[in-house]
Amino acid sequence: MATIHVDIVSAEGDLHHGEAAMVFAPAEEGEVGIAPRHAPLLTRLKPGALRVKQEDGTELSFFVGGGILEVQPHLVTVLADTAIRAKDVDEAAAEQARQRAQEAMSKAKSDLDLARAQAELAQAAALAHFLEKIKKATR
Amino acid sequence: MASAKEIRTKIKSVKNTQKITRAMEKVAMSKMRKATERMLQARPYAEKIWRTVGHLAQATPEYKHPFMVEREVRRVAYVIVATDRGLCGGLNMNLFRAVVRAVREWRAKGVETEFAVYGNKGIAFFRRVGGQVIAHAAGLGDRPHLDQLLGTLKAVTDAYREGRVDRVYLAGNQFVNTMTQRPQLRQLLPLAVTTHGEESTAESGHGYPWDYIYEPDAVSLLDTVLTRYLESQVYQAVVENVACEQSARMVAMKSASDNAGKIINQLQLAYNKARQAGITKELAEIVGGAAAV
Repeated sequence: MATIHVDIVSAEGDLHHGEAAMVFAPAEEGEVGIAPRHAPLLTRLKPGALRVKQEDGTELSFFVGGGILEVQPHLVTVLADTAIRAKDVDEAAAEQARQRAQEAMSKAKSDLDLARAQAELAQAAALAHFLEKIKKATR
Repeated sequence: MASAKEIRTKIKSVKNTQKITRAMEKVAMSKMRKATERMLQARPYAEKIWRTVGHLAQATPEYKHPFMVEREVRRVAYVIVATDRGLCGGLNMNLFRAVVRAVREWRAKGVETEFAVYGNKGIAFFRRVGGQVIAHAAGLGDRPHLDQLLGTLKAVTDAYREGRVDRVYLAGNQFVNTMTQRPQLRQLLPLAVTTHGEESTAESGHGYPWDYIYEPDAVSLLDTVLTRYLESQVYQAVVENVACEQSARMVAMKSASDNAGKIINQLQLAYNKARQAGITKELAEIVGGAAAV
């Protein structure tokens, strides 16, 4: 079976690298699925779940808080702004982040603050959604 | 010869200095460990984005971003990554010397230079030599955050976009190992086109002109990617410089402690001699007095 090499990195470190059968990523224009020998693609990611389907059929989940996705025929590079491995995601911390973002939004003064707060809220909401999904999958 | 009391005071003060240098050495050692860890963590991202930009440079894009276009060089800018604090050996001076040498070469060709500086030591130096500092940031601490770096970087990229500078270099120390740090000048803008050679054409599998599918559009995407690229390069340089600073300080403080130890030994010897001489003299006086009686 053809495979594609995946590198997932964030500013905080290397998250995952290895061969995959298929990669699903939350691109800005909608979720994309990338199979081996995909045409070169460059796109921005929005906050959401990134899934890597491995050769043996198991799936790895990551949470990305936005970033850049580069696709070469045999190589997928995910340059995530923040990325978390599914098993490291802490539910309590996610809820806190969401509350913080909402608070910031209600207190936001200038447009810039508002934009930042909105981005934060979107990330937190996506993270909560992601957790929800993982919970369902593991149950 | 100095009196015994004077020497004793001197020994005490050297010992106090040694205590300080030894403490600084210990602090630098533990900070260095953390700093190198952070440096290694940031490395994969920097490497991967460098690779992506390398691919981008090989593509034949429908749109040429200004960051990728080579221009005639009339003015160059240097982004200099220095430390906030001193007492780290020749780390900053070695870097500045390399920069000054490069600046002199440009001047010989009639090219003006500007500077954007991170770190107090760099600001002080380039003010003193009369360089034109267009932006600076200081007080980054041991754990520099990207937010603190962006303002200065933006000042430089804006100058580049507006055509006030035609080339941008990044100057910082490269962490080779604990004992060795090497000043390094790298071209930041326009992107030095990297040819990976055959390996990459084989990897991407096409020998003919190709381009990415851009979603949503090439202009804003290239801007995002290239801005991220610059940010990560500068961040990497700053984080690496912190690691360099701590290890250079550790080495400098270690040799200072060793030197203090040597001085204490010498002074102790001098003190013993002075004391012995005093006793001998007193004895001679007593004996002389007794003989007179």
